[in-house]
Amino acid sequence: MFDLTGKTALVTGATGGIGGEIAKALAAAGAKVALSGTRVERLEAVAAEIGENAVVVPGNLADSASVDGLIKQAEEALGGQLDILVNNAGITRDQLAMRLKDDDWQAVIDVNLTAAFKLARNSLRGMMKRRFGRIINIASIVGVTGNPGQTNYAAAKAGMIGWSKSLAQEVAVRGITVNCVAPGFITTAMTDELADAQKEKLLGSIPAGRMGESAEIAAAVLYLASTEAGYVTGQTLHVNGGMAMI
Amino acid sequence: MSDVADRVKKIVVEHLGVEEDKVTENASFIDDLGADSLDTVELVMAFEEEFGVEIPDDAAEKILTVKDAIDFIEKANG
Repeated sequence: MFDLTGKTALVTGATGGIGGEIAKALAAAGAKVALSGTRVERLEAVAAEIGENAVVVPGNLADSASVDGLIKQAEEALGGQLDILVNNAGITRDQLAMRLKDDDWQAVIDVNLTAAFKLARNSLRGMMKRRFGRIINIASIVGVTGNPGQTNYAAAKAGMIGWSKSLAQEVAVRGITVNCVAPGFITTAMTDELADAQKEKLLGSIPAGRMGESAEIAAAVLYLASTEAGYVTGQTLHVNGGMAMI
Repeated sequence: MSDVADRVKKIVVEHLGVEEDKVTENASFIDDLGADSLDTVELVMAFEEEFGVEIPDDAAEKILTVKDAIDFIEKANG
């Protein structure tokens, strides 16, 4: 099951904990994976760990020229058109709404919502022609439940879930699926920033009684990328230890 | 019949899976040949590749019939 031999994939934010694990999981299933992100050294390290199934395609999703060229760049590096796009890159600029600056609102919308959409749009041409494509967007539980201090992040992630459903309806008949994976609290650099007291409180609200691991997100992505998941589209798969059941 | 017309019709037959004799010059992609909006986007993409032309969105919106496509391509390549 879940054999991706002969398929190509692009994972954005592959420098991060979750993105790196996703890239490894797709490559382990046989896909050739392009790793994108801003920190080239870190990308090279993840690529070295994966071996010959990985290529490095640096890019900064805060820069619109970089966004516009990324799919083409990835397809050149992969030596073929893209089958699987994983929109994993994301940033946070947390602040209470009353103090949230316009720039911090816009930066999060630009990277987490707009760049992800553009990458999806730009990858459709080849997918339509081959009647196969998998677009997998890493959303967040926060996009569904909200979270104080994250109006910008929640808006971007809720928006991502919304466009995924619209796009899923447009392209389903061409064998292209569009889904989201919504992580709960996962052990990463992003959640390391939380204070211990905050973490304790969060753990109390997670029925599984622990934080999730990046590999558990990667497993959900691998499933949605597989041919076996061809009848699943427009969905959001929540991977959150039971923290919210929606 | 021109070479462009032949090639356009061949693409339409292949993409929409319709009988060749139905693909007349005045046939509308949507009304006569059963294309949906996504089919028309794909047809435009196929024309672009076959003829090496770029069909901007505002021009693509005006390509409603087989003849519209032939005319646009002949003009662009003329």
